[in-house]
Amino acid sequence: MSDVYVVGIDMIRFGRYPERTVPSLAAEATLMALDDCGLSIRDMQALYCGNLGQASGMVGQRMLAEIGQTGIPVTNVANACATGATAFRDAWMAIKAGIYDIVLAVGVEQMGKGLLGGSASEPSPEGLIGSGSMPAMFSQIGIEHARKYGTTFAQFSGVSVKNHWHSTMNPKSMYRMETPLQEVMAAEMIAWPNTKLMCSVNVDGSAAAVLVSEAKMRQLGLVGRAIKVRASEMSSNPFQDRQMAMPDFSSATRLAARRAYEMAGVGPEDISLVELHDCFATAEIVHYENLGLCTDGEAGRLIDDGETRLGGRIPVNVSGGLLSKGHPLGATGIANIYEIATHLRGEAGDRQVNGARLGLTHVVGGGPGMGTACAIHVLEKV
Amino acid sequence: MNAKDDTQPTIVPYLKRDESGKPYLAGSKCTACGHVFVGERTVCAKCTARGQMVSVHLAETGKLYVYTIIHRSFPGVKTPFVDVIVDLDDGAHLKGTLVGVKPEPEAIAFDLPVKIAYREAEPVNKPGKPHLSYVFEPALEA
Repeated sequence: MSDVYVVGIDMIRFGRYPERTVPSLAAEATLMALDDCGLSIRDMQALYCGNLGQASGMVGQRMLAEIGQTGIPVTNVANACATGATAFRDAWMAIKAGIYDIVLAVGVEQMGKGLLGGSASEPSPEGLIGSGSMPAMFSQIGIEHARKYGTTFAQFSGVSVKNHWHSTMNPKSMYRMETPLQEVMAAEMIAWPNTKLMCSVNVDGSAAAVLVSEAKMRQLGLVGRAIKVRASEMSSNPFQDRQMAMPDFSSATRLAARRAYEMAGVGPEDISLVELHDCFATAEIVHYENLGLCTDGEAGRLIDDGETRLGGRIPVNVSGGLLSKGHPLGATGIANIYEIATHLRGEAGDRQVNGARLGLTHVVGGGPGMGTACAIHVLEKV
Repeated sequence: MNAKDDTQPTIVPYLKRDESGKPYLAGSKCTACGHVFVGERTVCAKCTARGQMVSVHLAETGKLYVYTIIHRSFPGVKTPFVDVIVDLDDGAHLKGTLVGVKPEPEAIAFDLPVKIAYREAEPVNKPGKPHLSYVFEPALEA
């Protein structure tokens, strides 16, 4: 099986584009990714297109209708917040399987403002039987960490301070404002302990990647800026006792992380930087431990000691993360691969992680009564 | 509370009434691995056993595992309220709203003993249509 490389990758600046269509957002990122490697849509042998909001709307075909209908097979992918990463992994698998040697993966989302989650059921149990909101779910996960290890409101808030600071150095981030600790803690409380500044931003966005086999990379002369996919892993939620009451993102992450490190033949200590799924500040804390960046119970200390800041031992979410860069559900999984690739290429400007050699991306999706999708990629500078 | 009207719909499928009209929480116990699930089911998600599930009435007492205090909910839903995950005394795990405590972190203790109370409530999307629902309330320790 050939190794798989990313030769072209890009994302649009995340923001609010209500006047645009989903296919047009996807098309913009696709053309940018093609330009990144000097190729054309005519060179692509297949398309994997991730989108959640219009999952039954054939977004991939509609995008090709905007930029060139070459007749290639299109697979439209939906997998909650792991949608983009799932499309990327499908593209990776197609090359691994030897079916194609040059494939396009796109992730795109156009979102409204406001609270996500809730029950589609009739009648609504919201408020009567707790809450089905996304903040409720991830707040309880944070409180579970506090129960076990005494993690504090200030430590959870520190995640948001860090990621907002990182985003000031990322021109593709939705927000680029520093938020001091006092401001984060004093912001509107959404669900204890997550204030509004500790919830990810609903934005529109798109990201795209061109994946190739090793032979194709050499044939095209694209070795120079290529990024090697050292591992691509996914998992769903293995059974956990409380899962019906309280969705579980940790065991799926631990399962995928263990396999990804195994596939890559590296450990967490070898990773230069991480883009992980900080959909809420509380989530970032638990994923430090789930991804093995520290031992269980140490996550709060990582924030206190600045170990996950730019310049720290293991920088996390240097892009600004979902908390500040924004979280267009279907685009997130490819956008965080773009971030890692940019550092591995040494092109990340002010936020560059010096000497970055190996990076890890992580997304998890799911919701109350749904289950979990987790995807992890390990990427390496060629 | 008003659980006498046994034609009143219930807020969630696992909240049911017995022949006498008395409300209960329906569960399933796997006789192969012993796990107790909320709601009725036939196959065990934990041990994958088939045909080993028996219907049970869930325990109505338990201990608070974790909580959050909801300040922002969906339109029309009154806030704040306390959303808890409770470990029931029979081993099942149940989500619900905790009443009878201040919606403040300082007022809520891990492992607080709680009990189920059945109540009439109007869902936010069904104004004027009361449903049978349940809440958790603090239980006095024996």
